[in-house]
Amino acid sequence: MTRGEHPWTARRGWGAARRVLPRDSRLRTGVAIVVGLLVLGSVGPSLVGPAGLSLGAAGYSQPPSAAHPFGTDPTGRDVLTLLVYGTIPTLTIGVLAGGIGTGIGVILGLLSGYVRGPVDTVIKGVADVAVTIPTLMILVVLTALVKTQSIALMAIIIGLLAWPYSARAIRAQTLTLRERGFVTIAVLSGRNAFEVMFLEILPNLLPYVMASLVGAVSGAIVAAVGLQLLGLGPITTPTIGLMLQYAFQYGAVTRGMWWWWGPPTLFLVLLFGGLFLISVALDAFSNPRLRRVEAA
Amino acid sequence: MSASYVFRRLTVFVVIVWAAASINFVILRLAPGDPVAGILVRIEQQGGSVVGSDEIIRSYRATFGLDEPFVVQYAKFVANFARFDFGPSLSNYPTPVNAIIGAALPWTIGLLTVSTMIAFGLGTFLGALLAWRGTPAILRTTLPLLMLVAAVPYYLLAILLLAVFAFGLHLFPAAGTAPIGGLGATGLTRVGEILRSSFLPAVSLILGGLGGWMLGMRGLMVGVLGSDYLMLAEAKGLSTRRILFRYAIRNAILPQITVLALALGSIVSGAVLVEVIFSYPGLGSTLYQAIQNNDYTLIQGITFLLVVAVGVAILILDLAYPLLDPRIRYDQG
Repeated sequence: MTRGEHPWTARRGWGAARRVLPRDSRLRTGVAIVVGLLVLGSVGPSLVGPAGLSLGAAGYSQPPSAAHPFGTDPTGRDVLTLLVYGTIPTLTIGVLAGGIGTGIGVILGLLSGYVRGPVDTVIKGVADVAVTIPTLMILVVLTALVKTQSIALMAIIIGLLAWPYSARAIRAQTLTLRERGFVTIAVLSGRNAFEVMFLEILPNLLPYVMASLVGAVSGAIVAAVGLQLLGLGPITTPTIGLMLQYAFQYGAVTRGMWWWWGPPTLFLVLLFGGLFLISVALDAFSNPRLRRVEAA
Repeated sequence: MSASYVFRRLTVFVVIVWAAASINFVILRLAPGDPVAGILVRIEQQGGSVVGSDEIIRSYRATFGLDEPFVVQYAKFVANFARFDFGPSLSNYPTPVNAIIGAALPWTIGLLTVSTMIAFGLGTFLGALLAWRGTPAILRTTLPLLMLVAAVPYYLLAILLLAVFAFGLHLFPAAGTAPIGGLGATGLTRVGEILRSSFLPAVSLILGGLGGWMLGMRGLMVGVLGSDYLMLAEAKGLSTRRILFRYAIRNAILPQITVLALALGSIVSGAVLVEVIFSYPGLGSTLYQAIQNNDYTLIQGITFLLVVAVGVAILILDLAYPLLDPRIRYDQG
């Protein structure tokens, strides 16, 4: 609440976010890591060139050397080249699937929390059951039936299963906001339910939506790489998951070729670590009680 | 807890199971023609050979009444599923799906029960410490680092553990428990072998699951801290340890137990990736094999079993909750 504002109309939105978040070192570190990987993926390909992507172009199963800083795989492709070319498609899967999941989740969460009644019962019931069933298992069966051939299709399938988490989070917040003064005022001044949900409540939930989105993006990449490790992903686009899939299936670990499985693993560890730091910081911001404990 | 409440919960359970069986029925019939014959043709087109395929088709038609009217087919299908009769496995004819599931299930339940319980216990305790004011400074700085480790998905941890401890240091067998059956070891030696082979899969599952429990418990503790009864306990001069365990954790832990029950319910699905990475002979790797072989009856059996197990967990929770927390009364609603 900013000073001088009437408690009935007070909101917590981007004002507080702009004051608190930039000072959070976890957020800064997390963003730096993710942006760093993004830069690697967008600038990298033009620096290393596509030559290393061709089979047999770079010598077979070579350990790291000056010419090939991350070595080569048994099909003779350059590991560094594969890594930088795989970055953007990998992040695309995450953002696309996470966006779809969060989008559906926000709409259903708002409906469930604001409209209540039978709508709430159905949405909450389905979401509660859905979060308990291991998503990866459903995905394994689905992708095996559908035989995903493109990263977009895989992202859509993952995204369609990802909504219950954000729906639950948004619903819980909507339940508290709908009782607040500014919502009452909006209803009294003739806003319809749709306007109240999307113009009054949603803008105040943006920090939660962001936190939910970051979690969903991270979860989507976890799911996508997991599916690819099982050989259930598309093999036409270079991704980090596909690198791990080949490395795992052709025994990189057994053969001691650490430079083959190491770089994609390190990439993912950095990515998940960065996203985790961002989501912890957003979480601490959205939950002021947590902030107080951490300051103590 | 009234009889009508129990009855409503039981109805929900039956509906979940019925819906799962019906979805399976529909999926099998999405493809035109005889469902089993269609799958067998697909397997053969992909270069696989099916031993006794005519036999499979005949027995499947008989079990599921495929020559009878649609309604009878549906009734038979649901009835068979309700009795956990999924027919023979398509890739291992005539072994019934049940026998395959039965062989893999103990491995999965053993591994996942132990690792889920350890991750729950450790994660809940450490999460409580994260929020607790009296936690030593060393723990306060190291615990968040542990959570960062847990942000890495369990399968990446599994690959790292496999590379370092199995192939690098040769401390643990690399091929999981697959060879154990062939070893023929008995008694304590066998138990030792099983423990040694399950150690790395368990560690990767525990490390991977720890963060979630820690975050969850920290949030719950934050909600409890600052309550009047904690202040009163402090004012009475009770020991810090007693306040932490008997007053704070005990009041905060209930939602964690909910999640634990659901996690235990979903155990039967196995941890597909960890099992595949460590060649662990559980239900997860069985499902993976079934998908590789297009063994549709086996896939159906495993997914149905999962839904039933999760349904049972929810049912037990709903019935146990009013007993655990007297504040909850369902009779009105």
